[in-house]
Amino acid sequence: MELVLIFFSAAIVNNFVLSYFLGICPFIGVSNKLSSAFSMGMATTFVMVITAIVSWLIYHLILVPFDLEFLQYVAFILVIASLVQFVEMFIKKVSQPLYRALGIFLPLITTNCAILGLALFLVLRDYSFVESVIYGVGAGAGFTLAISIMAGIREELDLADIPKAFQGAPITLVVAGILALAFMGFSGML
Amino acid sequence: MDTSLFIAIATMGGLGFIFAGGLALADKKLRVEENPLIGKINELLPGANCGACGKAGCYDFATNITEGKSAANGCPVGGDETAIEIAEMMGVESSSTQKMLPRILCKGGHAEAVKKMTEYYGPISCSSMHIVSGGDKKCFYGCLGGSDCVNACPFNAIIMNDNGIPEIIEEICTGCGMCVKSCPRNIIEMHPSDRQFFVFCKNEDDPKTSKDVCAVSCLGCGICARKSDGGVDMHGFLGVVNYEKFDESKIPFDKCRTGAIAKIN
Repeated sequence: MELVLIFFSAAIVNNFVLSYFLGICPFIGVSNKLSSAFSMGMATTFVMVITAIVSWLIYHLILVPFDLEFLQYVAFILVIASLVQFVEMFIKKVSQPLYRALGIFLPLITTNCAILGLALFLVLRDYSFVESVIYGVGAGAGFTLAISIMAGIREELDLADIPKAFQGAPITLVVAGILALAFMGFSGML
Repeated sequence: MDTSLFIAIATMGGLGFIFAGGLALADKKLRVEENPLIGKINELLPGANCGACGKAGCYDFATNITEGKSAANGCPVGGDETAIEIAEMMGVESSSTQKMLPRILCKGGHAEAVKKMTEYYGPISCSSMHIVSGGDKKCFYGCLGGSDCVNACPFNAIIMNDNGIPEIIEEICTGCGMCVKSCPRNIIEMHPSDRQFFVFCKNEDDPKTSKDVCAVSCLGCGICARKSDGGVDMHGFLGVVNYEKFDESKIPFDKCRTGAIAKIN
């Protein structure tokens, strides 16, 4: 039950994008097409889950025994950067069109604060190994959910009659704000 | 203090080494073989990813060149210089890039076009006029004179002349095509700069109607189509030059009663 709570807390109630406002850059940048947005969500989820696993192991098996907690930022960034490199290679190998659709935002997962945020939350909240993994999956699912909803709305927006001053970035930010407001409705549920 | 520093360096170094090893392995397994020319050509391109070549970006264009799907001179932004460099790299001949210029295919200014009985009061913008009542000219195909193209031009290469018809200053024009998009009546078309003659009318109505609305309309008599052996096609009551088949010497410019088909200048 505790694990289910952690999952839904990370995915919906404390959604990384819409409640903590982490990872806004790809949320706005890659959300103009549903298919590539979903793929971005999947890539980010993969990085999040592996980051959760590896950084938990590194923190609890290496940093804590050696009294090196102050190195957590550097160590986590190292983990994330390597993972993103790996994901980039993998996507380039598997799907060239997807590689091009994600473009610069793929290497930018490295600096996606949602992922570093995840690694730091794990430490802060003192999660066990299983809890960490579930938390990573939940955070990834939440990110995918948010970016997919956003992409769905933006695809509809292409057909809508938007005043000229609001076209492009402004209406996107307005939509993001309203989405965040809507997700605030979940707060306090868990 | 010293030991903890040492441990920290050793730990981070070890971690870095492990990850580096993992990535090196992954690189071996997942390496995608690419034509090394793609990267070199990509460096020669402007890198603006503007899409003027019709491809998804500079990298995509470079890929297409190496596969022989795009011509070396396909990048209008890079111009001749880039085209020659790419052609050298690919070992092919490059013909120079053709500059594209917009042409305004309507001559019906204040002097020629017949006005409506009613007057137009409203925003002076072609798009508004086009939506509301079609402006104050009787012709439903011609230039509205609302300066939308003048305003759309990022380089101030279009001016509105005294007759209410926009003119393009060819020396300043970059051929970006913004004016083409701004025209609600699709009067502006992009053409290679060496194309010398056009049908300066878009009126598809029958001879009597088109004669009534404008002094320089294409009546649709079809004489140019008959005399030019397929150099001009008739689309309803409008002559359209077939630029793939025409023979300029056969096009009867002097036979056109309204001068709708004419050379520039």
